[in-house]
Amino acid sequence: MAELLQYLLSGITVGAVYALVALGFTLIYNASDVVNFAQGEFVMLGGMISFFAWQAGIPLPLAAILAIIATAAVGVLLNKLAIEPARGAPVASLIIITIGASIFLRGGAQLVFDKQLHRFPSFSGDDPIRILGATILPQSLWVITGAVAIFLALWLFFAHTLTGKAVLATANNRIAASLVGINPNHMMTLSFAVSAAIGALAGVLVTPITLTSYDLGVAIALKGFAAAMLGGMGIPAGALAGGLLLGLIEAFTAGYVSSVYKDAVAFVVILAVLFAMPQGLFGRKAMDRV
Amino acid sequence: MRLSRKHLTLIVLALLIALAPALFPSNFYYRIGALIFVNGLAVTGLVVLIGFAGQISLGHAGFAGIGAYACALAPGYLGLHPGLAMLLGAMLSGGVAWLIGRPILRLKGYYLAVATLGFGILVSMVLANEAKITGGPDGREVAELGLRGALAAIGIGLSNAQFWYAATGLAMLLGAWVALNLQDSPTGRALRALHDSEIAARTVGVDVARLKLSAFVISAVYASLSGSLLALMNRFITPDVAGFLHSVELVTMTVFGGVGSVPGAILGAATLTLLPQALTVLQQYENLILGLIMMLVMIFMRDGLLPSIMRRLKGRG
Repeated sequence: MAELLQYLLSGITVGAVYALVALGFTLIYNASDVVNFAQGEFVMLGGMISFFAWQAGIPLPLAAILAIIATAAVGVLLNKLAIEPARGAPVASLIIITIGASIFLRGGAQLVFDKQLHRFPSFSGDDPIRILGATILPQSLWVITGAVAIFLALWLFFAHTLTGKAVLATANNRIAASLVGINPNHMMTLSFAVSAAIGALAGVLVTPITLTSYDLGVAIALKGFAAAMLGGMGIPAGALAGGLLLGLIEAFTAGYVSSVYKDAVAFVVILAVLFAMPQGLFGRKAMDRV
Repeated sequence: MRLSRKHLTLIVLALLIALAPALFPSNFYYRIGALIFVNGLAVTGLVVLIGFAGQISLGHAGFAGIGAYACALAPGYLGLHPGLAMLLGAMLSGGVAWLIGRPILRLKGYYLAVATLGFGILVSMVLANEAKITGGPDGREVAELGLRGALAAIGIGLSNAQFWYAATGLAMLLGAWVALNLQDSPTGRALRALHDSEIAARTVGVDVARLKLSAFVISAVYASLSGSLLALMNRFITPDVAGFLHSVELVTMTVFGGVGSVPGAILGAATLTLLPQALTVLQQYENLILGLIMMLVMIFMRDGLLPSIMRRLKGRG
């Protein structure tokens, strides 16, 4: 029983990180139909910038905010300089542009920072909290709370603010949106900024647990991408559910089956889901029009 | 008689392969050439899948891994000659592609990308974790092909690097010949129709599912042969050959050079194989520059390197 609870807790922690990355994918996909493979680099930048700012003597909370703002700026630049000029390019080209961006950012981080692993202290100490025989790190609670808060904030933003509705309108139909006075390019810029900020926040929250380094982006982007697909691309609730599900599948596989195959099982489940439900768990069936 | 574009392409390729060694200052360049040809072979297969049929795959390194490990394992476990092991690997890859192809190819766009990605990751994970059989992350030695000795016996003495340059060059040329023939065939035309509009292709009687599957199987065999050649040439193989990054590299080369065109994709393979070699001088900046070039070409030369260059040349002339 304690074992089960332990796997559950660690699954939710990892899943919350995947969910945050998947939310980032979802936001950009909604605004621009682009799957941004550089999403993992936003997580890396969040962790790396906060670490180096913190080491330079800036208090950790301030360093974190600095990192989130700087990463958001990188997101905006990525959109302005690489995604907007490539509007209308085929999926394969867009995949390569964002993969190019991810390699570029990795190269930049390696140059500006270094190639070491880094960690900064947990926000509320490292004493594990005991729950019914299982334990959880206080930092894990930060991660989970962060994911839930971001999800709620996004939900409020899309459901109850004019700007949020404008983003949704742009996602639905660019031309119709611009006809009613929405500037689709502004909406895209906003989405990239928010998406990068969410990625950076995930990086800040998770660095005390998993450490950060210039090349952690690929692995985390793969998982976030898979989680977003599992839930159904472009659906925020799907990203949350997909992320948590992926984290739980991994934790239970690692616990009960084999830790080396935890990533493999995750992908087997995703393949199975996609075969049965080609639009993901929460996706609606798209209609092709001739 | 006017030369067809197909023959012109093949002749230019053959001449380039034959004449390039005149410029090689050292044996090392034969090896780089061979690497280009190995990548060129895999990328030619991806032209059939991405360029002709319009289906993306982020898991083709998985097939390269199957081909590579067939050459590494079959001689020891089954007593097969490495050359036969290569064929076995190709059949295995084709078979796996045929089995998983039908359900996978029902997916579109990014969903297809993540499904193929999942497949590739599964293969590389099995290769890395079944250490007792595959040698795990440390890799495994591969038996000597033995053809070079046979050639020496009939009086053709080649250095190892020269032999592999010639062998992989020939393999790529054959691969390009098959792909170009396919492009001109009714199947090739049907594939391109499907690329433009699946629904339109279906209404004129094209069996879309079967065609997509054939393209997937063909491209898997290409990737597998490329993996086998790499294993035999290096005499050593690690699970990296099946890794996600290798899949991405292959797709990048294909799209970078010009996705609908065999010579374009080969140019892409050449450029992106050479670039990191050239950039080792600027070691620290390697990733930075590589990423930048990938983005710039895709933004400003949307159809890829070769088609854009050709259009510009024609526009001027």
